[in-house]
Amino acid sequence: MSETTTEAPSPSGAPKIAKINEAVIRIAGNSQDGIQAIGGFLARLAGRSEQEVMTFMTIPSTISGGPSIFQVRIGSGEVLSAGDEADMLLCFYQHSYEDHIKSLKLGGIVLYDADHVQPKQEWEESYRHVGVNISSLTVEAVGGTGRDKGKNIFALGLLAKIFDLNVTKLTKLIEERFGGKDPTVVQNAMTCFNAGYNHSLENLLKTYQFYAPEKKDRHQVVMNGNEALAYGLIAAGVRFGAGYPITPWSDIMELLRRELPKYGGSFIQTEDEIAAISMAIGGSYAGRVAVTGSSGPGISLKTEALGWAVMAEMPIVIVDVQRGGPSTGMPTNIEQSDLNIACFGGHGDSPRVVIAPTGVEDCFYTAIEAVNIARKYSTPVIILTDQGIATRIEAFEEPNLEKVCQDISPDFTPVAEHKPYDLSKPDGITQHLAPGTRIESGKYPIVTGLEHDELGHPTGSPKLHQEMTAKRRNKLRKLAWDFPKLKTYGPNEGQILLVGWGSSQGPIREAVDRARGIGEAVSGLTIKHINPLPNGLEEIFKGFHHIFVVELNDEGIYGYGQLASLLRARYCDERIRGINKSDGLTWKVKEILDRARALADKKNK
Amino acid sequence: MSTLTTEVPERASNGVAVAPPSLPVERKGLTKKEIAADHPTWCPGCGDFSVLALYFKLIEKRKMWHEKITTIAGIGCSSRFPYFVQAHGAHYIHGRALPFASGISLSRPDLHVFVFGGDGDAFSIGGNHFSHTARKNIKMTYCVMDNWVYGLTKKQTSPTSPLGFKSKTDQWGAVDYPINPMKQAIAAGATFVARTTHTNPNHVLQMMEAAMDHEGFSFIECLSECVEFYEGAFDSSNPRKGGVFNEVPKSHDVTNELEAYKLSGVDFPGYFGIFYKNNKPTKNAKEAEINKGMMEKVKGLKDWQILQKNFDRMK
Repeated sequence: MSETTTEAPSPSGAPKIAKINEAVIRIAGNSQDGIQAIGGFLARLAGRSEQEVMTFMTIPSTISGGPSIFQVRIGSGEVLSAGDEADMLLCFYQHSYEDHIKSLKLGGIVLYDADHVQPKQEWEESYRHVGVNISSLTVEAVGGTGRDKGKNIFALGLLAKIFDLNVTKLTKLIEERFGGKDPTVVQNAMTCFNAGYNHSLENLLKTYQFYAPEKKDRHQVVMNGNEALAYGLIAAGVRFGAGYPITPWSDIMELLRRELPKYGGSFIQTEDEIAAISMAIGGSYAGRVAVTGSSGPGISLKTEALGWAVMAEMPIVIVDVQRGGPSTGMPTNIEQSDLNIACFGGHGDSPRVVIAPTGVEDCFYTAIEAVNIARKYSTPVIILTDQGIATRIEAFEEPNLEKVCQDISPDFTPVAEHKPYDLSKPDGITQHLAPGTRIESGKYPIVTGLEHDELGHPTGSPKLHQEMTAKRRNKLRKLAWDFPKLKTYGPNEGQILLVGWGSSQGPIREAVDRARGIGEAVSGLTIKHINPLPNGLEEIFKGFHHIFVVELNDEGIYGYGQLASLLRARYCDERIRGINKSDGLTWKVKEILDRARALADKKNK
Repeated sequence: MSTLTTEVPERASNGVAVAPPSLPVERKGLTKKEIAADHPTWCPGCGDFSVLALYFKLIEKRKMWHEKITTIAGIGCSSRFPYFVQAHGAHYIHGRALPFASGISLSRPDLHVFVFGGDGDAFSIGGNHFSHTARKNIKMTYCVMDNWVYGLTKKQTSPTSPLGFKSKTDQWGAVDYPINPMKQAIAAGATFVARTTHTNPNHVLQMMEAAMDHEGFSFIECLSECVEFYEGAFDSSNPRKGGVFNEVPKSHDVTNELEAYKLSGVDFPGYFGIFYKNNKPTKNAKEAEINKGMMEKVKGLKDWQILQKNFDRMK
């Protein structure tokens, strides 16, 4: 919480106020207690207060019940990760207390429901304990039906008091959330909130206040990565897609199903994963880039159809919200172990594009980029996101929608003649014509999974197979030159370069900041375009003694993670080594630094 | 549906794009020469030739233009179909032609979607899609050329091979009970179910026309002999080979599901004609209805403004 020493004077009797830059609050309970709602309110409030925010949550993969946590980190400055250690633990049950006390900083605050939690003496010395009868006080406040529904909002009231949160804004958020239903719902929620807010916290000696954040130019919006990705697809002009439910991809398909009809589009729930990608490819063929997506097992099922799209050079966007694998694996945990299937999954030589967004805001813009690459290069594009980004909430500057929204309707202007797989085109890039387009020569193209000639008709010619294979590969080589030149986070020279992709960008950058803060020459590099890789990486690698690839996947039989293996294959650089883990949890900054230092020491000896 | 060229729905204000209508006054109907593309790769005498010829005839007769039809297929001998037709088309992967075609049908109301394939493609590897496309009643015409054998891979047992059929995978004769395509289609909820055979061209054309005019998922089982690996399979349905071609009795009520099911159970050669027809709303119509309601709520807004409304709620 890094509070400053200057404690603001406060009226006699009231707790003292400490100014803070940021706070990490972990809320632990059961999944049906509405703890996500508390976190959601805090995140949204931070967004409206121009603060930075990042959340982290775990949910059990059971249908109802089971322990669940929601961690929210709010800061007046830049927030790069959800935080290694919590400043405060709000716990509703004995198990939440016992399981999560270790995630609390020494000296941190335990705010517990005294109706359910019995504090342990040995911990009372290390952490400040504040007990409130959250359940019974909630029941009392709402008129005693014996049910403690609303205790989450009561707890939100407590937090609002402790962190001096803006009550007017919170009230408005509560009204927005519960409004529209029965008016007594809002009333009850406000009763719970006020009861919490006005509860006397005499045994807590001080309250906290965030420093005023920097003024931002535009409003902030608050959402999770799946929402940002789905809205990005809409902004990109996608109007058709198909999918099959699977965690954590389902949110995206639910959102698109709900929203696309407003734009005259549709999202179809299909009978299985194969039908989903096939229907989406059919939609793309019909003239407008379509989307499908899934998580782990569903991506495996889609690979044959993906191969067809490579062969037929059909644009399509495929979202892979990675989770723990293989097989059903750890459906509600984070892992970055689908890089290989994304880049190489399927039979035959089948080059495709893989892009990994690095955070919630980036999901929005990556979706647009993916659609545009798919169109320009007539290729399948996989957006490789993960469970961590998918479910975490961040506040980011509102995009200028009028500017970024695009219309990608097909062009039906008749053409004189058309060869979809024209080998004489200098750039070698296919552009299909949508059915409905008249071709005056009377020669119509077929799109196909068989090796084909320039018109799409089957061929067994060894020469053509070689030429077409090269055509499909060369266009992606060309794409690699389109990517912006990569820059390191921190100086472009030093001891250690921490290379990462996807959701590890935040923790890596925080690790760089922390290391640089104590004089260590550590820099970071995020590779967002995984396939093809951007050019010029070897130039960056030259500036460092060690290149450590930080990935949430296993080191594999040969000792290197999935991106590390790819980089080693391309650059033959023995300095490229891996920092891997597969515990299903996001990186902690300390973990990265400890592992990097140990690996560097081992190498230096 | 009278002619495809004049049937172009109004373009949605900010949604699904459809191609502008072709002007029939300027153009003569296509000739067979203009519709034919590659010379078929089928074996001489294959039943599929006549199905292709009748598809050409259908295009000619109904004055359809190249650009307004899409011919889609999966994998198999008969699935080579799209290469032989001079029109937009796709040769997709094994068993998945129906979802691919659904993607076209649901996003492009101005096109007519024809799908051709064989019994393995439809009822074995693609069985799941057959049931679901039928039950959703997605508008398209699906013609399965049933030859009771895997031909492209050279004589393995197919899901419609009768018990006792000697194939390379059942040297002693097929032991698995075959699928009855008609029963399968009716039970799945297909809204147009017809049966025909390649040896009766007029009847094939008649079924194709009726299927095309049906507003919904129309399914035709067309017996199509594989002269190479299952010669004579359908002789008992061919009067020229001493068999009998029995049309569906005039008294049959095509809206009666139970009667249609009973008709499907009659021993080979059984009956030919329309077994079942039901005019329930298509998925295409239902989705359009949803869109109409949703678009009404955002009337007058540009796409970015609709999105802006969502973003305003997330501030």
